[in-house]
Amino acid sequence: MDGLTLASPSAEPRRRFSPWREAWRRYCRHRMAVVSAFLLAILIVAVIAGPFLWRIPINDIDFAAHLEGPSLAHPFGTDDLGQDILARMIYGGRISLAVGLAAMLVSVVVGTLIGALAGMSRGALGHALMWLTDLFLSLPQLPLLLLLIYLFRDGLKAVFGPEVGIFILIVAVIGGLRWMPVARLVRAQFLSLREKEFVEAARALGASPMRQIVRHILPNALGPVIIAGTIDVAAAIIAESTLSFLGLGFPPDTPTWGRLLYDAKDYLDIAAHWALFPGGAIFIAVVAINFIGDGLRDALDARRVI
Amino acid sequence: MGQYVLRRLLIAVPSLLGISVVLFTVLALAPGDPFSDLATNPNVPPEVGLALRAKFGLDDPVYLRYLHWLVAMAQGDWGFSFVSRMNVDALILQRLPATLYVIGSAQLLALLVAIPVGVYAAMRPYSLFDQVANTLAFVGFSLPTFFTGILFILIFSIKLDWLPFVYTDVKATGLRWLLEEVRQAIMPVMVLGLFQAASMTRFVRSAMLDVIRLDYITTARAKGLGQARVMVKHVMRNAMIPVVTLIALQMPAVFGGAIITEQIFRIPGIGSLLIASILANDTPVIMAVTFVFACLVVFFNLIADVLYGWLDPRISFR
Repeated sequence: MDGLTLASPSAEPRRRFSPWREAWRRYCRHRMAVVSAFLLAILIVAVIAGPFLWRIPINDIDFAAHLEGPSLAHPFGTDDLGQDILARMIYGGRISLAVGLAAMLVSVVVGTLIGALAGMSRGALGHALMWLTDLFLSLPQLPLLLLLIYLFRDGLKAVFGPEVGIFILIVAVIGGLRWMPVARLVRAQFLSLREKEFVEAARALGASPMRQIVRHILPNALGPVIIAGTIDVAAAIIAESTLSFLGLGFPPDTPTWGRLLYDAKDYLDIAAHWALFPGGAIFIAVVAINFIGDGLRDALDARRVI
Repeated sequence: MGQYVLRRLLIAVPSLLGISVVLFTVLALAPGDPFSDLATNPNVPPEVGLALRAKFGLDDPVYLRYLHWLVAMAQGDWGFSFVSRMNVDALILQRLPATLYVIGSAQLLALLVAIPVGVYAAMRPYSLFDQVANTLAFVGFSLPTFFTGILFILIFSIKLDWLPFVYTDVKATGLRWLLEEVRQAIMPVMVLGLFQAASMTRFVRSAMLDVIRLDYITTARAKGLGQARVMVKHVMRNAMIPVVTLIALQMPAVFGGAIITEQIFRIPGIGSLLIASILANDTPVIMAVTFVFACLVVFFNLIADVLYGWLDPRISFR
């Protein structure tokens, strides 16, 4: 905030900030992004601290109170077995957000590696990697996702147990099908950065290719990667919810937000709250992350700022 | 132009082959034998299971198995669905029209919304209209299709009781049949179309803004052309070039959305077929539907390339 006030007087010569400070100042100018960051922070705190404050177990069955609307005892109402939806959403939110973050990490790491390789190589390897990227871009993602889950589900379940196995599988598959935009961005950055004078200077001073990449090129290519990574979190949350909504994600007793919607969709006429709360949670998480991505674009991608 | 189309067609072949390799690798890497449940399935006589194993050459080396599989797929021999008790290709042909109908109408709706809104927003950047459109677009593509579908059912079927919430076989004939068909397609098309429109609006707006500040637009204005003419003939035609590419890149997501909407509204398309066959472990159908989706993506990329050549004649001469 003080960055904003410092920058406003136009009469005195412009002060110089560190790049991160400057980015923060530009981020704060995007009002929706700031609001979204707060919202997301609240959501994250809620799912982490929630179980300590809201002590109803997620599988506490109470038929006397089934399909009840929001009340003081159950702020988000109950489902067909009388289980508390707030408690289930807190638990499911942990999984949904964790899947989003982990899948983003996978896609960013894979995308950066492939993009960096393609951007540094001048020969056939670069072309081959870009062909692979284009190929992956034209794969039908959801059918392939479903196919992979279908084929590998039982194997991983047997090795890691139902919840962890599905978690690993979903994260790997979602991340493994979403690295392409990152790879393209990183390659484009590398192609232009590797010809810049400061990299040439590093090369002239005898820096090894590895050092050139890690110390000089990669930090300068990071902005677009961070933006794409943010958007990836939202996309991964949607992908996981979609799988659960189709009944093919986490096992039935693991109440992720998508799974709650899947269970709720047959009771829409008598218990709309059951669908509205988890759906709303998915929407808020995704829209907040997308707005944060937009704000980061203003902050980190200097060309876009007018 | 003809030569350009031919060249594009030839480029599509390797990507189809690549996709088939990816699909086959997935199948080959999967733990267990994809036909193992045939042995325990009481509906399948053992000799059929053995014949299938022999036909697919499950004990051959990998590259031979891939070649066999590819040849069989290319010849339209896609196997037999044990759940629906018919040939997979017939099953898919029967389901495909519904999918194409919904996707096509949804894309049309998306274009009809996105182009006017995007163009108007770009003509007055940062105006109130632009800001509202931008925010709505943001909300639009952050709302997952399964949630919008449920919201639509809640509002239009349950609260207002205007539209049927699942697809049924319409019994009536003539005009009434047509009316019912349209009525039950409204919600799925809206869900899918508005989701597409949201991201398309942003593409159109930013592409228009990129073109508007170019010199030849200033020239066109300077020689006295009217605003409408400049916008449509000079800006739009050129702004559409990147938009076409972006829309083509969106196609995989469109098919994903189609699977979800088909599932919510029980549309008898290949998307709901895919889910049903996954739940029923009907491997030949799952493979075939996934491959059909891949072919459709490649096909729409091809259309995008051809459009590209038409919009920007320089490309077809390269």
